[in-house]
Amino acid sequence: MLTKKQLITKGILSVAPHMFSVIPFGIVCGAIGIELGFSPTLVYAMSIIIFGGASQIVFLQLLSGGASAFIAITSVGVINSRHLLYGAVLSEYLEKLSFIKKLLISYIVVDQGFAESNKFFQKNKTEPYLHYHLIGTGATLWICWQLATLSGIILGSFVPEELGLKFAVPLTFIAIVVQDLKKLDHVIVMITCGLSSLLFFDAPFKSYIIISPLIALFVAALVLRLKK
Amino acid sequence: MTWLSIIIAGIITYFTRMTMVALVNRDLLGEKVKAVLAYVPSAVFPAIIFPGIFINDYGTFIEMNDPKIFGAIVAILVGYFSRNVIATILSGLFSYWIIIFLI
Repeated sequence: MLTKKQLITKGILSVAPHMFSVIPFGIVCGAIGIELGFSPTLVYAMSIIIFGGASQIVFLQLLSGGASAFIAITSVGVINSRHLLYGAVLSEYLEKLSFIKKLLISYIVVDQGFAESNKFFQKNKTEPYLHYHLIGTGATLWICWQLATLSGIILGSFVPEELGLKFAVPLTFIAIVVQDLKKLDHVIVMITCGLSSLLFFDAPFKSYIIISPLIALFVAALVLRLKK
Repeated sequence: MTWLSIIIAGIITYFTRMTMVALVNRDLLGEKVKAVLAYVPSAVFPAIIFPGIFINDYGTFIEMNDPKIFGAIVAILVGYFSRNVIATILSGLFSYWIIIFLI
């Protein structure tokens, strides 16, 4: 049995390598907000209130482009609706927690933390304090995201656009799924999702980000049926 | 007005994180649904990966000789064989930079 401390440490260590992507992206996120003409306080407050990289950029870009508040808010909701899927997966491991603890831990569920903690949970289902791993990944991501967006706000236009730092985002997710390329069923699901995301990229409110996973999960259900 | 929008967007985002964890009883999900949910990472992350590579900042498709494609291929190969997250990210970024700055 692992202690709470060991679980937090494992969580921190598992997500730490992703900081090579999270920090550059956070800096870009902060810098874009300033570049679009929003106040530093407002841009930073989003990192606490919304705490979701891509959705923060989209929100500011839409507003500065003249879109209505309704469109900006809806887009954030649609982009972040993928968390519903993470929550459905994690609920199995968090069901023993009290309601208050569930409410608190939910705030720090983000992509990379979900991905790394879920990998750990699948291999260690019987550990009693599993959620401490999620606290380790989530808190690390939260702290680094705050510091990174803050640095971006301060550095602003000093961040060279030519570096293409946003490219670090697909790379961090490649690192997460690349080992599943060994499994044919997962490859089919990934390709379905990827191609759907390109096909539906122009769908309103950035909804490709939830439409394509739903199509891919439907295909996953078909694959499961064929495997039997 | 912008502040209010941010707060509403934040509340909605929090609900996307919290709903399934705190409000939905896991027992409502049958075994079949749980089996499908095991595919969530493979079903979600390519929706971030593919547009991040193949679509540029202006929302249009990139050319087939775009350095991002080369960077992604390097990252996939390095990641597959090294099983190392840092190596995957840095090999992708550096190979992308080598093409845009040196060639």
